[in-house]
Amino acid sequence: MKNLGSVFAAYLIGWAVFFIFFVTLAKRTSDIRAELERLKNSLPRGK
Amino acid sequence: MGKRIVFGVAAVLLVVAAAYANFFIAPTERTMGLIQRIFYFHAATAWAGETTLFVCFVANLLYIWKRSPKYDWLGVTCAEVGLVCITVVLITGPIWAHPVWGIWWTWDARLTSTFVLWLLYVSYLLLRSLIEEPDRRALLSALFGVFAFLDVPLVFFSIRWWRTQHPAPVIMGGSGSGLDPTMSKIFFFNVLVMHVFAAFLIVERYVLEKMKHDVDLLQREAEAQ
Repeated sequence: MKNLGSVFAAYLIGWAVFFIFFVTLAKRTSDIRAELERLKNSLPRGK
Repeated sequence: MGKRIVFGVAAVLLVVAAAYANFFIAPTERTMGLIQRIFYFHAATAWAGETTLFVCFVANLLYIWKRSPKYDWLGVTCAEVGLVCITVVLITGPIWAHPVWGIWWTWDARLTSTFVLWLLYVSYLLLRSLIEEPDRRALLSALFGVFAFLDVPLVFFSIRWWRTQHPAPVIMGGSGSGLDPTMSKIFFFNVLVMHVFAAFLIVERYVLEKMKHDVDLLQREAEAQ
C-alpha cells in the first residue's frame, strides 16, 4: 500500500479545488440574483 | 433550474462512479504501483481543461467576428473553468511526480508550458477586471484569449516534440505507446466524466455571466431615470 496517502491527497486536494470553485460560484450567483431582484423591484415597470 | 439540478446530480454520480473505477477496478500498474492511479484524474482533467480552453478560443474568435455579447460570456466562462482544471492538473501532477521522480517540480517542456498556460489565463481574467467599458473589455479579452490559446497545442505536443522529464504519451503516442485494455477503458470513462463535469460548471458559470449583464442593463436604466 505504498503511496496510498499521496493518491488520496491528489484526489482530495483536486476535488477540493473544484468544490471551492463551485461554492464561490454559487455564492456569486446568489448575490447577483439578489441584486437583480432589488433592481427589478426598484424600477417602475409596465405600469 | 430543475434541469440544471438534474445535470449537477448526474455529473456528481458520474464522478463517484469514476472514482470507484479508478480505485477498485483499475489494475495496479507494475512499475509505479498505486501512485499511478492519479493518472486517471490528472490526465482526464487536463484533457477536459484543454477542451474547455478550445471552446474559449472559438468563443473569442466568434466575438471578434460577430461582436455578440453571448460569445463574450462564453469566453470568460470557459476561461475560468479551464483555469480551474489547469490548477488541478498543476497540483495533482507534482503529488504524482514526487514519489516517482524524487522531485516535486522541474522546468521541463510539458510542465513549463502548462504553467505558462495557467499564467496566461490568470492574465486573461485580470485583464477583464481592469477594463470597465463592456465592449472594450470584451474585444481586448477576446484578442488576448486568441493569443493565450496558442500555448494549448504547445502543451499537447510538448511531450511529442521534446523528450524531457514528463513521461511520453500513452494515448496517441505512436508505436510503442499504449495502455492495458482495462486501464484504457477506465481512462476514457474518466475523460468523459471530466468533460461532463466541466460542462456542468460551464452552464452554471454562464448563467452567472448572463445575470451580470442583466444587472448592468438595469443599473444603466436606473441611472438614466
